[in-house]
Amino acid sequence: MTAAERGEPPEAARAGFTADEMMTACAARALTDGMTCFVGIGLPSAAANLARATHAPNLVLIYESGTIGAKPGRLPLSIGDGVLAETADAVVSVPEIFNYWLQPGRIGVGFLGAAQIDRFGNINTTIIGTSYAGPKVRLPGAGGAPEIAASCRDVIVVVRQSRRSFVDRVDFVTSVGFGDGPGYRDRRGLTGAGPRKVITDLGVLEPDPASCELTLTGIYPGVAVPDVRARTGWDLVVSDSLEELAPPTAAELTALRQLQADNPSL
Amino acid sequence: MAEIVSLAEAIAGAIDDGDAVAMEGFTHLIPFAAGHEVIRQRRRDLTLIRMTPDLIYDQLIGAGCASRLIFSWGGNPGVGSLHRFRDAVENGWPGPLQLEEHSHAGMANRYAAGASGVPFAILRGYSGTGLEGLPGLDGQPAVRPITCPFTGERLTAVAALNPDVAVIHAQRADRAGNVQLWGITGVQKEAVLGAQRSVVTVEEIVDQLAPQPGAVVLPSWVVDYVAEVPGGSHPSYALGFSARDNDYYQAWDEISRDRERFGRWLADQVLARAGSLARTGNVATGRRG
Repeated sequence: MTAAERGEPPEAARAGFTADEMMTACAARALTDGMTCFVGIGLPSAAANLARATHAPNLVLIYESGTIGAKPGRLPLSIGDGVLAETADAVVSVPEIFNYWLQPGRIGVGFLGAAQIDRFGNINTTIIGTSYAGPKVRLPGAGGAPEIAASCRDVIVVVRQSRRSFVDRVDFVTSVGFGDGPGYRDRRGLTGAGPRKVITDLGVLEPDPASCELTLTGIYPGVAVPDVRARTGWDLVVSDSLEELAPPTAAELTALRQLQADNPSL
Repeated sequence: MAEIVSLAEAIAGAIDDGDAVAMEGFTHLIPFAAGHEVIRQRRRDLTLIRMTPDLIYDQLIGAGCASRLIFSWGGNPGVGSLHRFRDAVENGWPGPLQLEEHSHAGMANRYAAGASGVPFAILRGYSGTGLEGLPGLDGQPAVRPITCPFTGERLTAVAALNPDVAVIHAQRADRAGNVQLWGITGVQKEAVLGAQRSVVTVEEIVDQLAPQPGAVVLPSWVVDYVAEVPGGSHPSYALGFSARDNDYYQAWDEISRDRERFGRWLADQVLARAGSLARTGNVATGRRG
């Protein structure tokens, strides 16, 4: 049995940083300076703010509350915390943020979380179970995610990996990744390119250019491929050019811990 | 023209059992005090409408005020689940709760259509999602495809929202009942303009509204009742007056998880407390008109 199957944290946790910190640093590195980024709350917000505090000081953070160019000095608990409005370049209404800013494809990357994600990068945040009317677990629902996933030029998903979260087929498609495979997004008129990276607490998955299936392309120090397979609910394809990703730097860890100082749960 | 009344009078005058009520405020300016007054007045069988039900609707649902909910994101922001909402959906407690579920973009467009006096709005949205196939409260599809008459492009249509009542919290009103709010302004303007009746609670009533950057002003003649309720958006916040009480949002997870603990909270923190006594105008004797 591997460490992952026993539910133990991967090696990273024993090396001076947690798996979540590795994941957040990895997600932050996926953002480049000057990019525009539509940010979901939780892990995506932590990563986007870490990027802004380190290598991407001109990253433009956009939250669905209508705050454009927010520059929080600490992590907000919600998408509508006062610090976002007080530090934003512009604050617009909610109809405006979706219609004028997101919908035309003006925003570079959408940064989303997920409760479940499947092999084609479709996201479920609605229900767990087979019946919508009688769900086993009622999740919060869609929020801004369906249109973020449809209309941002690229999408990055940040999610902790387990057999429960990484499933062959999601119980409910809240936000579309690649649907049932190649060509789906075009057929459904989804203007953005869809998920570019799925960043987890074990490594990074990217869609195969031909099949659109999420394949393992990056892995964290101390994590082995069988650990990742053990926490994936489908027969995971591993890229021929699988790369070991660099651990978080001291600067990344310091910046992240400072951002989280007020809200350690984030 | 808006009447300036007490909170209890405003709720009694505006909201009946069975009404469709939108209490809006996107994380900021959530009208909690007004929600508590609705609980105290024991309104029943409401259709609650709100993009993010948040703690305010968790409380109203747990208190048994709601039969139906129209929404787009039902979580405790940054914390996790809304346990009273989940208990209603998963276990039918304290009663069944019929859902109509949308995305934020869909809800925002529904409010905009309601404010604009047109029957529907169009957007690029829902396509390929499970939300496309869900029924509305009337059992018919809640969103429908539509073809652009100019380009032939396929888009999505969502029905206008025209609630019986909109309830919002704002920073200020003047003595004539003109309302001013700023910071994150959400969909409050659309909710008030799209509703048949409206109630606004405010942090303060002033002689004259000083201009504020980015402010929304709702003229007195589109508002029915204004009540002065300082702190009326706690544990949400009013920019310039208070900060979001994040500790309260985290504490709510514990309070709401258990039916009995929630019941004690309801008895102590809502039912045992009288509504606002800040009456500054004439008594409203009932619904206008």
